Amino acid sequence: MQPIITISNLSKSYASGFQALKGVNLEIRRGEIFALLGPNGAGKTTLISTICGIVNPSEGRILVDGHDIVTDYRAARAMIGLVPQELTTDAFESVWATVSFSRGLFGKRKNPAYIEEVLKALSLWDKKDNRIMTLSGGMKRRVLIAKALSHEPSILFLDEPTAGVDVELRQDMWQLVRSLQERGVTIILTTHYIDEAEEMADRIGVIRKGEIILVDEKAELMRKLGKKQLTLQLEAPLESIPSELGGYELDLANGRSELVYTYDAQGERSGILALLQALNAAGIRFKDLQTTQSSLEDIFVSLVRERK
Amino acid sequence: MNLYAVCAIYRFEMARAGRTLMQSIISPVISTSLYFVVFGAAIGSRIPETHGISYGAFLVPGLIMLSLLTQSIANASFGIYFPKFTGTIYELLSAPVSYLELVVSYVGAAATKSVILGLIILATAGLFVPLQVAHPLWMLLFLVLTSVTFSLFGFIIGIWADGFEKLQIIPLLIITPLTFLGGSFYSIDILPPFWQTAALFNPVVYLISGFRWSFYGIADVSVGISLAMTIGFLALFTAIVAWIFKTGYRIKA
Repeated sequence: MQPIITISNLSKSYASGFQALKGVNLEIRRGEIFALLGPNGAGKTTLISTICGIVNPSEGRILVDGHDIVTDYRAARAMIGLVPQELTTDAFESVWATVSFSRGLFGKRKNPAYIEEVLKALSLWDKKDNRIMTLSGGMKRRVLIAKALSHEPSILFLDEPTAGVDVELRQDMWQLVRSLQERGVTIILTTHYIDEAEEMADRIGVIRKGEIILVDEKAELMRKLGKKQLTLQLEAPLESIPSELGGYELDLANGRSELVYTYDAQGERSGILALLQALNAAGIRFKDLQTTQSSLEDIFVSLVRERK
Repeated sequence: MNLYAVCAIYRFEMARAGRTLMQSIISPVISTSLYFVVFGAAIGSRIPETHGISYGAFLVPGLIMLSLLTQSIANASFGIYFPKFTGTIYELLSAPVSYLELVVSYVGAAATKSVILGLIILATAGLFVPLQVAHPLWMLLFLVLTSVTFSLFGFIIGIWADGFEKLQIIPLLIITPLTFLGGSFYSIDILPPFWQTAALFNPVVYLISGFRWSFYGIADVSVGISLAMTIGFLALFTAIVAWIFKTGYRIKA
């Protein structure tokens, strides 16, 4: 299937000379949830802003469902809803007025029934006549989402949607994202909460210093880069790792009372059985054991560190 | 043409005027009324008639112009500056809206407000002095053209400004002095010859002169020149706006 967004060789240099994006190539698949991860200042917001038309690209090309974002910006932008990172809302308008305004701005005929549906889905219905300035931060975030959805976009950008948001809203939001995906909406999000990306995303892209350093299926990524560890709680602390166990990747932890064995999760053989036999032969006894698998966060941190 | 967007912005801006009725309509009306009371009734009765028109009546076109210029600029500059200030401009930039549509809706709304304001001041003036409008169509033409032209100017200022004080600087330091010295309160032919020539370098003279001609048939400069100057300004500001959008100046990084 043709990708819904194709970014080719995109670079952006600001007037200050700062190069925020360096030759980015990226394809977003139709209907997926794509999570863009990266440290602060990596270029996530610049990338999103460029696709949405807020920042001019310096080089390269972006196609949104085949429409060039520069030459055919109307068709491209009409498909996109953007929830910005900052809580930038009008102050004096009512919730209803500001959401209806967004729909008109994106060239859609009035549809009060649809706006009602959006407001209800975001628990904003009973606030529809309130001025935005009287709302809490979380409610303002909901208003921004309602504005982005007001024109029935087929692509939704969520830039750090859950930053500074309470648990209830986070859960509401993810539920909404899932239901949007079921309706065929493509979702691109950036987040600091890696567990969310882990839970929600189909694919993950990692951006660092303006470069996409990795894009992969989430499951594949975790399989490839995920490490497994076996932790053995020893009966008696070890002074050092006995030489007969030198063939294994072992570390002593927790005041030498734990032996940690790191192994490749995708390897044909984990080597656990052999290790346990070797331990037995060396007379090392243990009380308990557990295995752990690295999270996306561990993978992310190691990726970003590796390239420094 | 994204007409829904133009309507949405236009309505949004007009609703803003509704909320700030005090600031956008009532305060100019009050200050203009004060001018009429002070200069028209109190002092004006001691000033001889100019070209056979009482001083109070003579003031009307100039005072309307004064409000028109300052309010057009204030309205339009604030209208576009505020989204920049709050950050909501992200939505305008990400919308399928052309620059022309943005200008038409923002400048259109600001100009509409100015025209309404001009007509309200005119009606208010009618309470203080006997009014006559010799060329009503010309009067409307000048009213609308000036409103559009200076709303466009305000739009430029709003984009240029990166702080609230900058919004005030040009109206305060340039427009108000030029209007006061441009024949709002006097006919420039009462000036000494040197200052009469100097006054011709003040663009506002042409605006006020043409507007006053549409009321009383008297003018400091010929009405054709007044019209040409107004259209000249319109063209100049349009060109600047076109350049702003072409380069993304102060809007888009």
